[in-house]
Amino acid sequence: MTTLITLIVAAVTFGTVLMYGTLGEILTEKSGNLNLGVEGIMYMGGAFGLAGAFYYEKAAGGAASGPVAIVIAILAAFAAGMAASAIYSFITITLRANQNVTGLALSIFGTGIGQFVGEFMRVSEKGYVALSNDLKDAFSAAIFPDFLINIPVIGRIFFSHTVFFYLAVLLAVLMYLFLRKTRYGLYLSAVGESPATSDAAGINVAKYKYLATTIGGGISAIGGMVYIMTTAGCVWNHEGLSGVGWLAVALVIFCIWRPLNAIWGSVLFGAMMIMYLRVSIPFIPTEIYKILPYIVTVIVLILTSMKNSRDKQPPASLGNNYFREER
Amino acid sequence: MEHNPAIEMRGITKRFGQVVANDSIDLTIQRGEIMALLGENGSGKTTLMNMLSGIYQPDGGEICKDGNPIYIHSPREAFGYGIGMIHQHYKLIEVFTAAENIILGLNEEKMDLKQTASRVREICSRYGFDIDPDQKVYDMSVSQKQTVEIVKVLYRGADILILDEPTAVLTPQETQKLFRVLRNMKEDGKAIVIITHKLHEVMEVSDKVAVLRKGKYIGTVNTSETNPQALTDMMVGHAVSLNIDRPKYDAPKKKLIVENLTCIDDEGVKKLDSVSFTAYTGEILGVAGISGSGQKELLEAITGLYPVKSGSVRFIGNDGQEIELVGKTPMKIRQTGVGMAFVPEDRLGMGLVGSMGMTGNMLLRSWKAGKGALVRRKEPEALAGRILEELEVVTPGVDYPVRRLSGGNVQKVLVGREISSEPAVLMTAYAVRGLDINTSYTIYNLLTEQKMKGVAVIYVGEDLDVLLELADRIVVLCGGQVAGIADARTATKEEIGLMMTQFSAKEEE
Repeated sequence: MTTLITLIVAAVTFGTVLMYGTLGEILTEKSGNLNLGVEGIMYMGGAFGLAGAFYYEKAAGGAASGPVAIVIAILAAFAAGMAASAIYSFITITLRANQNVTGLALSIFGTGIGQFVGEFMRVSEKGYVALSNDLKDAFSAAIFPDFLINIPVIGRIFFSHTVFFYLAVLLAVLMYLFLRKTRYGLYLSAVGESPATSDAAGINVAKYKYLATTIGGGISAIGGMVYIMTTAGCVWNHEGLSGVGWLAVALVIFCIWRPLNAIWGSVLFGAMMIMYLRVSIPFIPTEIYKILPYIVTVIVLILTSMKNSRDKQPPASLGNNYFREER
Repeated sequence: MEHNPAIEMRGITKRFGQVVANDSIDLTIQRGEIMALLGENGSGKTTLMNMLSGIYQPDGGEICKDGNPIYIHSPREAFGYGIGMIHQHYKLIEVFTAAENIILGLNEEKMDLKQTASRVREICSRYGFDIDPDQKVYDMSVSQKQTVEIVKVLYRGADILILDEPTAVLTPQETQKLFRVLRNMKEDGKAIVIITHKLHEVMEVSDKVAVLRKGKYIGTVNTSETNPQALTDMMVGHAVSLNIDRPKYDAPKKKLIVENLTCIDDEGVKKLDSVSFTAYTGEILGVAGISGSGQKELLEAITGLYPVKSGSVRFIGNDGQEIELVGKTPMKIRQTGVGMAFVPEDRLGMGLVGSMGMTGNMLLRSWKAGKGALVRRKEPEALAGRILEELEVVTPGVDYPVRRLSGGNVQKVLVGREISSEPAVLMTAYAVRGLDINTSYTIYNLLTEQKMKGVAVIYVGEDLDVLLELADRIVVLCGGQVAGIADARTATKEEIGLMMTQFSAKEEE
């Protein structure tokens, strides 16, 4: 029982990272932009988020407060993600370059920038970049009072997580409401389904694509920051982040482009990713565990294609650039 | 019912490059009236109406609404003037509901789908539409999708409705339903224009008919005072002499026998309905018909690209042996030694690879030739050079991407390649569409040359004048059926025109 609870808690911790990446990419893909640069964007989010918190503490010294550091880290990561996806948007929306190529290039670019910033901080700070223990605790602290966490079983499962998890869940719910209940959400879906139809209806296609892609990139980047500041213990760790962005891309498909699915989907994927640490079965190499999420995604793709349900398909113009005069 | 002009168009002219699509057209649209805009393909009907709906701007002339001159710069502004157009290709988002599609782009204060749905129901009951606002578009039939488009326009408050070939995709029952709705809207005082080339529908539903021919306005007549024959005469006009050389081939032999060919598309619509004809060597067999009457499906079924439901296509070899082609893939057909060449309608989509040069495109025909893993480039290169010289293709070089060539040169490359394979049957679809006069004649001469070599040429065309002078016989398709086979030497334009348009009328009666 305890093992199971520990597994769930660990899954949520890693799942939170994935949830940001996935939610951001869902928003991006809803506009018809397939941004494969999530991997790079999350690297940048991780590096800049850490940098934001670190330099804030350096400047504020002992007076540094946890909540402020968290906000600064979120904003720094968000800005980095927005900047990266603004490049992607300009190249694909305005210059109409191939989305796959641009996204892959952004992955490589972002990974490089993230590494550079992370290493630069390490070198310029003569060896070791880490926050003080107080701030570290602020990042990984549970936000609910102890008596809730101490409720047997459900206490730890529901109330023991960091602020980032609850923020992510809130974001997923908000995104769901935005897409389903508001006019702008409807228009955004319309742009991703058929830009030509939206254009004829008087919707500014480029505006929606730009906004969705840059904001989506910003959200994805927060995921990278969350990884560095919680799982990695506020230290630049490029190895742990590697592959997370790709997992988020797969998770978007797994969630069939629905933000609410991202909540349980990310926790499930998180569980699959950390299972090798917690439930190790002899003779099965850890790599087998690690490919589980991808296998599950492939199965989901096959199942949804077989069912041929029109509601469970990717946005119809996903991956296509829109050019009004092209018929 | 009071008749007053809603829209007056005076001296409207529209040019696309060298082509004059509309040549100083005067047209009046009355309220409380259904006007049919009649004309052949390419006569400028849709162009004219696109200017009313804000898609194009006229190069000359003026548009007045209720007596005041107006300038329409975008579909949005057209809506502002109460003008709504229902296009042939529906602009709907499949995964949205009808109501969601209807409010798309409308900037009302608050998005309230329930209220929208009730207003949609109100419009539906007023005019007799039959749609569920909460139904997803992908679950709808073609006729329901069309209804959504019409309701969308009405929801935006349009009182002048333009429908571009609304019945092209409808069944006879659905058409009747649409006509009832149109009559209801007419009673409500709306002005309605339907663009069509189906004469019996014109006679049935319209109050007035305006006829266009080759971009010119021919006249408006009251439907009650005219008849199909008179309208056909107005529509096709008198035959124009083009002086295309048409030599006679001495010993025609049967080459391709098509028997009771029937094809059904994904949606269960019969695209070809027991089509039968025979193509002879040394003959250009013209195929005429309103666009979408099954021409494309016919050629693709013969070449093995379109699934055949029933019937047979038999190729007769030089030794007199018959080879059945139905059920064979294009590769299999070629392996059996059937020499067929196909110049498709979509030149850069189906015919050529746009980003490759002439040599690369020649290779597409011969990449299997020779042994070994490496592709042989010598022969295709020589062939490309030969075509470049013989057909006078204007290109910087044989490796220049064909996509960047002009339409005429692209067609020369494609036709050149297809002819070089020395086919026994040569099929072309709209071979001269978009080409200038000189290139068109080059293509005509090439086809005639092939014919005199004993090739059976099948020429799908849209210009009746050309068909009548180039072809030896003409198969007229109408709604997927053969409406008749005419001798091009003796047939008149009016006869062919009537066959193209009236067959479905007969069937309904």
